Amino acid sequence: MRDFRNPRYKVLRDREECIECDLCVRQCANEVHYRDKKTGALRADSMKCVNCQRCTLLCPTRALAITRWPQVDAGSAVWTEGAMDDITAQAQTGGVLLASMGNPKSYHIYWEHLLLNASQVTNPSIDPLREPMETRVVLGSRPSKLRVNERTRTVVSPLPPQLSCDVPVMFSAMSFGSVSLNTQKALALAARELGTYFNCGEGGLHRDLEPYADRAIVQVASGRFGVDPHYLNAGAAIEIKIGQGAKPGIGGHLPGEKINEEVSRTRMIPEGTDAISPAPHHDIYSIEDLRQLIFSLKEATGYAKPVAVKVAAVHNVAAIASGMARAGADIIVLDGFRGGTGAAPKRIRDNVGIPIELALAAVDERLRQEGIRSTVSLVASGTLRNAADVVRAVALGADAVSIGSAALIAMGCHQCGDCASGRCNWGIATQRADLVSRLAPEAAAERVVNLVSGWNREIQEMMGGMGINAIDSLRGNRLMLRGVGLNEKELEILGVKYAGE
Amino acid sequence: MAETIIVELGTKHFQEANAAVRAALAEADTVCIVEAYAQRYLGCTLPAGKRLEIHGTPGNDLACYMDGGEVEVFGSAQDQTANTMNAGTVVVHGRVGDAAGYAMRGGELIVRDGCGWRGGINMKQYGGKCPVIVIGGDAGNFLGEYMAGGIIVLMGRAGDHLASGMHGGVIYLRRNNTPAVVPDGLDLRELTDEDTATLGALLARYDACFGTEPHEHASVSEFVALRPASSRPYAAMYAS
Repeated sequence: MRDFRNPRYKVLRDREECIECDLCVRQCANEVHYRDKKTGALRADSMKCVNCQRCTLLCPTRALAITRWPQVDAGSAVWTEGAMDDITAQAQTGGVLLASMGNPKSYHIYWEHLLLNASQVTNPSIDPLREPMETRVVLGSRPSKLRVNERTRTVVSPLPPQLSCDVPVMFSAMSFGSVSLNTQKALALAARELGTYFNCGEGGLHRDLEPYADRAIVQVASGRFGVDPHYLNAGAAIEIKIGQGAKPGIGGHLPGEKINEEVSRTRMIPEGTDAISPAPHHDIYSIEDLRQLIFSLKEATGYAKPVAVKVAAVHNVAAIASGMARAGADIIVLDGFRGGTGAAPKRIRDNVGIPIELALAAVDERLRQEGIRSTVSLVASGTLRNAADVVRAVALGADAVSIGSAALIAMGCHQCGDCASGRCNWGIATQRADLVSRLAPEAAAERVVNLVSGWNREIQEMMGGMGINAIDSLRGNRLMLRGVGLNEKELEILGVKYAGE
Repeated sequence: MAETIIVELGTKHFQEANAAVRAALAEADTVCIVEAYAQRYLGCTLPAGKRLEIHGTPGNDLACYMDGGEVEVFGSAQDQTANTMNAGTVVVHGRVGDAAGYAMRGGELIVRDGCGWRGGINMKQYGGKCPVIVIGGDAGNFLGEYMAGGIIVLMGRAGDHLASGMHGGVIYLRRNNTPAVVPDGLDLRELTDEDTATLGALLARYDACFGTEPHEHASVSEFVALRPASSRPYAAMYAS
């Protein structure tokens, strides 16, 4: 069927700068750049371009740039090119539209409406260059009281298993299959270097990652891929994935063409078969059932690992989180509606769920009201873009945050949103060996470590400015936030005052 | 090492019960549990070489993540028996509840009577591992939903929505119990020689477990095989 869509992007080649080295031809897995068979001229098929920026950034003479396709739409604010393209794609295939990465729509970003406090006159600010600043966080349940033997100066009460992160930033779950093994290795290396944790996602733990298992959170999702006693006991913690911000309420399909030998071995499923995660866990139809799964994992690991439960931020998330805490979760992971994904139905990604900022504030408040906040740790994810977002999240009640997209961007991802095709030119969201080899785990890890180290310094600076020297004192400290451009209901849910108050 | 240790559960909480069972398993390869009153997770991660004999009614998640052990229940079991089981054998002299064999990857679950809803959901096979569920009685709705591998033998009647979303493995059904209309994406066929051999061995295994006469419940010739038409049921579902 003839494609009635225009290209989204146009490849601009500066003929004066181009030295015809063909690097762009070799680099583009989408086969945008090519040599004309008849004339031998170097050309570009813009229709295939996804704007991953691999060619523009590697071109030795900077001869390439990508621009939007110049075609204008009819000028309607309703029938934009994008809206029409979706209709055309479905008219041509009858399929469910698939999309990747996070929700790109222009919904309110509440982070940008929350301003941070700083000390002036009455309370001295602290200089993190001279004074110690604690950014280490401990995740897990906390006992309601501690008994100490004062004679021997030891804690007598049994402590529940906990995770200790030197920085309040972990890496979100990304499965082998959705991302390459080199991506996971880079995150594992970075997690070890930073003293934090990566999450292997629901696709099992590849044997090459076992040396980093002490920095791994292993996930149990509805498909139970790769889940056996060895896997459960290998990681530092177990995460039950109920939902994901990018696609709340639905399961996952890893298409058969991505199930190569290594993915198959790690997921423990046959090669070439669709890997289907059912929408629900079929052993969880209630909070009581969740409790049953949590404790089955605790039994399977001798009560030595904290169990996290991850849910997408949705309506009534506060009540759901209360149930999760009561079901025995040690850590609650809230994933906002902007969270990324390797593939999700576009309508789900763009329309389902709620912002992490509101969900986090609502959950923290509800758990406090019910007096159970300390029984559980809160981890927020779903588009934390910089250190200020992390500080805001902690002030809204998060113990720590998880980053996915930001870590991938550090490695080279340019958010083209074409992960599902499996042709990631950066070697991140692909299983093609030639592409995967472009991502050197050590070099990618260095970039991620740099990013998080930079953030951590900024977090210390911002905390110091507030006169706070330990991140524990910032947690849920909403007096450090003021709203701008928010209505009363939004302020109420966020639990913050308006700027000037 | 003692041959068999007897552990009485009574009204013990599951944590206490499992701790007692684990302690006994450290001392003996076979532990006989008596007075089981719905304690969950019995046989959780049980490794090869260990055996539990359970008298009474074990609770949910019996033999979850089991890794090669043997569990024999002299009575019925509750929900999620053999949940995400990796290897081993579960024999139930009675019936099992809902979601038996969920995401089971290996080993066998042999049930004398029927099973509840959602039996064998998301069962999968891999490499040399091929999970087996044999149900002597009737099964509830959604048997074999999302089934991605393994073998289910059903001697009695199936409920509604049999094998919806099935994309791997095989369900052996008796010809007179097959659905009137075979759901889209599935393929109902007569047994091949290989099927006949596999099924014959499983029926013999059932007889050996429960002391029934060979093929007292069913003979191989009465069965047909239900398989998915494709291992990629959703290949054409998406557009981008």
